[in-house]
Amino acid sequence: MKKSRRSFLKVAGVSALGIGIAPALKAVEAATTGTPGAAVRTKAPEALTAKRWGMVIDTNKITDKIAGKIVVACRKSNNVPDFNHKPDEEKYPNTRPVNHRQELKWIWEEHFNNAFPDKEDDFLADKFKDLPFLVTCNQCKNPPCVRVCPTKATFKREDGIVMMDFHRCIGCRFCMAACPYGARSFNYRDPRPFIADIDPAFPTRSKGVVEKCNLCAPRLAKGLQPACVEVSEGAITVGDLEDPNSEVRKLLGEKYSIRRKQELGTEPSVYYIM
Amino acid sequence: MSKNAIMAGLAIFVIAVLSPFWFNLGGTDAAPEPELSAKAKAAEKCVLDKYDMRANHMSLLDEWRDAVVRDADRKYHAANGKEFQMSLSTGEDSCLGCHEDKEKFCDRCHNYASVDPYCWECHTTPKEINQ
Repeated sequence: MKKSRRSFLKVAGVSALGIGIAPALKAVEAATTGTPGAAVRTKAPEALTAKRWGMVIDTNKITDKIAGKIVVACRKSNNVPDFNHKPDEEKYPNTRPVNHRQELKWIWEEHFNNAFPDKEDDFLADKFKDLPFLVTCNQCKNPPCVRVCPTKATFKREDGIVMMDFHRCIGCRFCMAACPYGARSFNYRDPRPFIADIDPAFPTRSKGVVEKCNLCAPRLAKGLQPACVEVSEGAITVGDLEDPNSEVRKLLGEKYSIRRKQELGTEPSVYYIM
Repeated sequence: MSKNAIMAGLAIFVIAVLSPFWFNLGGTDAAPEPELSAKAKAAEKCVLDKYDMRANHMSLLDEWRDAVVRDADRKYHAANGKEFQMSLSTGEDSCLGCHEDKEKFCDRCHNYASVDPYCWECHTTPKEINQ
């Protein structure tokens, strides 16, 4: 059978059209009928939300006892290891001896001149010299740790919390070098043997990842206040810095407050009422 | 002379190539079935249906992790109408809340397939804590 060029081109054109149109039709079909009851992800209705989370620490209300309680509560709630804890021999046999200079810090006590090195003064009021200053991750508005993270394991959430995805952390420790507050610690060893009571509500970390305070984001998502706030007897308040009617903004509006190393331009979200 | 050498070489070659198959003959077990806990059996429906779950649970977990950590979304309203906590190991309606026994549910297949996910380096099982 002999085919003319003309009839061949006709058939070719129609087939090309058919090949092109089939996926288009399928797409239209899918769009109109929709996948049956597609899955949806939402926040829990009781979750606490904010435009930008911030923390206000009232230094007048912090005593040694309260500060100690806060540090312990944070450790417990977030499964932060304490290297002074003696590992259970049965559960963790042959644990290497501990280097007691190692620490994993989420919230900890610091002297005024270390917390605020730029504000050191010979004639500083005596009360500040002995006061325990609780320092933690500042949840910076302009976080240097996020900029240096090569895997985006550290990121700033839309609500201002600087978070870590421990799954993605490769342990390069750039963030530790970048953080001007020393708020990040590295797991040089498996932390589990040094956690007295593992809280099942939050995972532990593994060897080789960096960790830091996450403002108890998992607790906020369940409608709970951060662990430190809960035991602070009113010394720590957490709330929305962008909301003029929030508790934290009221506190900041009433009293004089300072932030750590403000001149670096990281815009910390943790305020200290003096 | 050369013919014998070739035949011998060929025989050795064939034996060498086929030896892994002979070695495994009769030694392999049937693929293990994950054992459902009473709670999982009672729930009847998982997040996706059985075969989808079997094939794609790892990508579902990956999706869940990103949703929880990055977007702070923690509730999953599945296509089958059920609601879940997007969590591997915490809470009643998380994965482990229903599939209570990790050894019988997760590890059996993972061991058989020789995959070694590092979930449990950080995530805890209730069993492990109470031990």
